[in-house]
Amino acid sequence: MSGQPPERARVERVRVERVRVTGPARRRTPGARTRDIEAETRLGEVYMGSLLREQLWLAVRVLVVLAVVVGSLPLAFHVWPGLTGVRLLGAPLPWVLLGVAVYPFLVLLGWHYVRRAERNEADFLELMSEVRE
Amino acid sequence: MTSAPGIVAVVLVAVATLAIGTWGLRVSRTTSDFLVASRSVGPRLNASAIGGEYLSAASFLGVAGLVLTFGSDMLWYPIGWTAGYLVLLALVAAPLRRSGAYTLPDFAEARFGSRRVRAVCSVLVVAIGLLYLYPQFQGAGLTLRSAVGAPTWVGPVVVGAVVLANVSSGGMRSITFVQAFQYWLKLWALLLPAAVLVAVWYADGRPGAAAPMPAEEWSAPLAPGGGPGLYVTYSLVVATFLGTMGLPHVVVRFYTNPDGRAARRTTLVVLALLGLFYLLPPVYGALGRAYAAELAASGRSDVLVLELPRLMVPGLLGEALTGLVTAGAFAAFLSTSSGLSIAVAGVLSQDVTGRAWRGRRLAGVTAFRVGAVVAVVVPLLMALAAPHVGVARAVGLAFAVAASTFCPLLLLGIWWRGLTDAGAIAGLAAGGLGSGAAVAMTLSAAAPAGWPTALLEQPAAWSVPLAFATMVGVSLATRSRVPAHTGRFMVRLHTPEALDLDRG
Repeated sequence: MSGQPPERARVERVRVERVRVTGPARRRTPGARTRDIEAETRLGEVYMGSLLREQLWLAVRVLVVLAVVVGSLPLAFHVWPGLTGVRLLGAPLPWVLLGVAVYPFLVLLGWHYVRRAERNEADFLELMSEVRE
Repeated sequence: MTSAPGIVAVVLVAVATLAIGTWGLRVSRTTSDFLVASRSVGPRLNASAIGGEYLSAASFLGVAGLVLTFGSDMLWYPIGWTAGYLVLLALVAAPLRRSGAYTLPDFAEARFGSRRVRAVCSVLVVAIGLLYLYPQFQGAGLTLRSAVGAPTWVGPVVVGAVVLANVSSGGMRSITFVQAFQYWLKLWALLLPAAVLVAVWYADGRPGAAAPMPAEEWSAPLAPGGGPGLYVTYSLVVATFLGTMGLPHVVVRFYTNPDGRAARRTTLVVLALLGLFYLLPPVYGALGRAYAAELAASGRSDVLVLELPRLMVPGLLGEALTGLVTAGAFAAFLSTSSGLSIAVAGVLSQDVTGRAWRGRRLAGVTAFRVGAVVAVVVPLLMALAAPHVGVARAVGLAFAVAASTFCPLLLLGIWWRGLTDAGAIAGLAAGGLGSGAAVAMTLSAAAPAGWPTALLEQPAAWSVPLAFATMVGVSLATRSRVPAHTGRFMVRLHTPEALDLDRG
């Protein structure tokens, strides 16, 4: 993931100061499976890197779909001004697309993202528990 | 003009707001309750609260007015305000919650371990908060003048007083209930009159629908003027899509989720709630085209939503509907102003009023209350003194500044290990000064149409890449300053809470 040598990272490990007021209950003793991540060994970095890459790629994919579908609309109407006069279900096309259709599309895209992101995290947890065996 | 329904509506909303706020007070005891409702708010309640807080005067009044005046290119405002949450969901929601910070400056300090980045962020939060608050107060003045015939200073003062009473007594915990209530109030206050008005429009023989589209320009989803028009539209898209994550009152809400997974689910519900709401304002804009075209001509399009029921439906029903939309509009000012005041007051109480001063230090809750007073009174004075620029436009400028500063900070801070404190400060300065100067120019003078105006009016399309490039460039040049705890911080941001790690 990063080119930083693991030794250095380990030596310079510094705790972030903050006050936790409340939060989800957590077990006190970290299991063996997560020690690689905590100690920031090379193996731990591989685990973390894979999770980070998965999540980032998922986000990028979703946002590219958003940019291509919604972001291309202004350009389309700029290049083909005739589209403005097209009527769909009795209403002008721009109104149907921008006033109505875009919102269910956004919700669907968001729903897809949440499902995939949660699955990525479940996979990661599973990987961590397998490592321990 | 009868003012009875308007007065009744405003009084009811104010009383309900204060009552729910007081009820929340019973369960608000600690500073944590005040700032983040002790992080125990479930996704649905939290999403309603986010929706309630987010749907400001700009959404409730501004969008319909803009659509009436300028046409369907203004539909990009509500689209961007909704899509902003999708971007936030995909890139920021869960890691931001997992960072475990209270406010944006907290996040910056935890990420970089630097007081200086924190200070810059605090200044920006306050600046964006004020830029967003003062049009809310102005809109309140406008609403009360239209509904009740009161002088324009009455609205800001009433809203300021109610917000201050609620914020300083109950903090975030009570505000959560207030905001959730106000989302549903706003939705119904726009939905019911819209249904009646559309029925009336059908009964009238659908005026305006059969016209062979003489107003091509009004229907085109682009700002007029060819190239600059296309630029303005895209720049608006950039500002709104990326600005949402940088708004102080939006971000502060994410800390009230119990964990990262809940933060994601909350955001998804918010997307649905906003999508539902934003179907409505364009209906008013389109109906206004047929029934209230003179409002656009006289430059009073911001009151379209308030005036339309009375113009279309005479008699008692029209008055009742007017009362309903007035209640919704008033709720819009109250909820957004409360959320912003909390965010600004939270930052002020941590970085200004909570600091030791002449050897004395205010206690947590007192510092928060003092911060709240400042956060309400300053924009109140601005609203009374500054010129009226149109609610949605002023809010749009706040989005541009947020997109040019906090968006790059959050995205790079969460996903790129190489970001340094020097890079962050340089990028915040470049984006903030660039977009801020453009905002100041826009607010101070009207320039002729064309490229220079387009670039100043919608700075996001150049100021956001500028901020990103500066952050990346300066960070690469100061690579030795990458904080030592970055790897550990990344682990905390991205691993699910179920994993039993030592999270620092």
